[in-house]
Amino acid sequence: MIATDILELSATAAVRALQAGELSAGELFDAYRVRAAADRTAQGQGLNCFTWVAAQAPQDDPGSSLHGVPLAVKDLFCTEGVPSQSGSRILEGYEPPYTATVVSRLAGAGAPLLGKTNQDEFAMGSSNENSAFGPVLNPWDRERVPGGSSGGSAAAVAAGLAPWALGTDTGGSIRQPAALCGIVGLKPTYGAVSRYGMIAFASSLDQAGPLTRDVSDAALMLRHMVGRDARDATSLALPEEVQLPSAERLEGVRLGVPEELTAEGIEAGVLEAFQATLARAGELGAEVQSVRLPHAPHALSAYYVLAPAECSSNLARFDGVRYGLRAQGAEDLLDMYTRTRHDGFGAEVKRRIMLGTYALSSGYYDAYYGRAQRVRTKISEDFAMAFRAVDFIVTPTSPTVAFKLGEKTGDPLSMYLSDYCTVPMSLAGIPAISIPCGLSAGLPVGLQIAGPAFSENRLLDAAHALEQAIEFDGGAARVEVGAAGVGDRADRGAGV
Amino acid sequence: MARLARLALSEDELEPMARELSAVLDHVAKIGEIDLTDVPPTSHVLELTGGLRPDEPCPSLSRELALGQAPAVSGEGFLVPSPQA
Repeated sequence: MIATDILELSATAAVRALQAGELSAGELFDAYRVRAAADRTAQGQGLNCFTWVAAQAPQDDPGSSLHGVPLAVKDLFCTEGVPSQSGSRILEGYEPPYTATVVSRLAGAGAPLLGKTNQDEFAMGSSNENSAFGPVLNPWDRERVPGGSSGGSAAAVAAGLAPWALGTDTGGSIRQPAALCGIVGLKPTYGAVSRYGMIAFASSLDQAGPLTRDVSDAALMLRHMVGRDARDATSLALPEEVQLPSAERLEGVRLGVPEELTAEGIEAGVLEAFQATLARAGELGAEVQSVRLPHAPHALSAYYVLAPAECSSNLARFDGVRYGLRAQGAEDLLDMYTRTRHDGFGAEVKRRIMLGTYALSSGYYDAYYGRAQRVRTKISEDFAMAFRAVDFIVTPTSPTVAFKLGEKTGDPLSMYLSDYCTVPMSLAGIPAISIPCGLSAGLPVGLQIAGPAFSENRLLDAAHALEQAIEFDGGAARVEVGAAGVGDRADRGAGV
Repeated sequence: MARLARLALSEDELEPMARELSAVLDHVAKIGEIDLTDVPPTSHVLELTGGLRPDEPCPSLSRELALGQAPAVSGEGFLVPSPQA
């Protein structure tokens, strides 16, 4: 099969072609490896999606379910013997002695590691500008951000540098970059996927999920990710196997539009694409109605207490003792800790550690952390109430399309507002998917569909029906990659 | 607060940090407006039981691997500066 045809295949279609013997796993891996490596070595000329790319294709594994469709993995997943740096200088060159459960599961199912993708440092950011390895560019417009924090994963899939990618979502870090790059991103129910081997940001919210070209690919990847893992006490078994979606219609499906997340603060072009999608859903047979999530406007405030609090605790482990960077010339142990953390962490990470330390400090705990946990209860109750009347909640994924590089870096609060529509679902632990639903000024707009805990199969079906009707064309984001530069910077290791 | 967070901040970092933290704290303070009387806190969204595995000895990382990524080691352990130099 010729290389350009290979790149046209979705992961699901590639599995079929591999199964039928129309394509070999090595051929498929190399088609992507060459592109990923070229982007990595292109320096300022590329999108900067990858922090590491496999040097060669792994051995064929013909009996596996996924037959060797290569996988791009966000840098924060630990991969044995392969740099896993979570976008941070403090972990520069760190090669873990073990592999994250979800990466092992996918590799075991026949999705070998293609490369590690760039991200916001420790997954803190909405634009991928907070990476120690430089920003990722949006393949739709290189003056714009791809979103974050899984920006490298999203841009790589949109640009055709990887067939699919693994990301993580804490407050929107899969869904928002998927929306800004015109691809599909799914945050599963909290606990559906093991967090073992994910470098932690906010443990009560972090969840791994797929970033893919279409909804079927998201279902296929999810099927091989889920399940209880004895090494993550919060992981659990899904009540049913993940099915590949087939729905074409939405008869009998009730979609709820929350006033609180669909009016104020949403860009006009985004709102227009959202309204057009609701009309499309109606034509497919869905009942569209208004619902209330009265506490949703407070979700962002609660999130920016809870997530920094958990991060300040999780990131205490980066102290220059066991791995990563250590500042030189320290006078004593405490001085070594504080200097290492000063040198190793970027500005946003420092900001959140400070915020979290404050929110957890004696005398402020009840006013901040304690209150935020109670707000979280109210938000969960809002969703539970809404799901009595509707099957799914729909909103725009992001209030804006991809914004310009540097546009929000000077104002943390405006950056945080990028997560306005995605954070409530994270706090409630419920699954939510973003699918591309149109363009505004030539840039992709994402539709977010959220369902009750464990409703993944129904959610994927609804997303599939809409996807088929919308017929979004992401072809404009595919980048041309020449062979120039490939191999100048051979990376170590052959993958997992 | 920086001392509590084990974070050295330079003079140039202090002013913007204080300003940005104030802006964020003003925003999050809005959660003070909600009536939360008798509302229980949520730390985990799904009710989970039986999260513990059996307490059985099993192989773990070798000492060599565990020390393999350390910036400094001494014999069998991690080497750090003295707590009181």
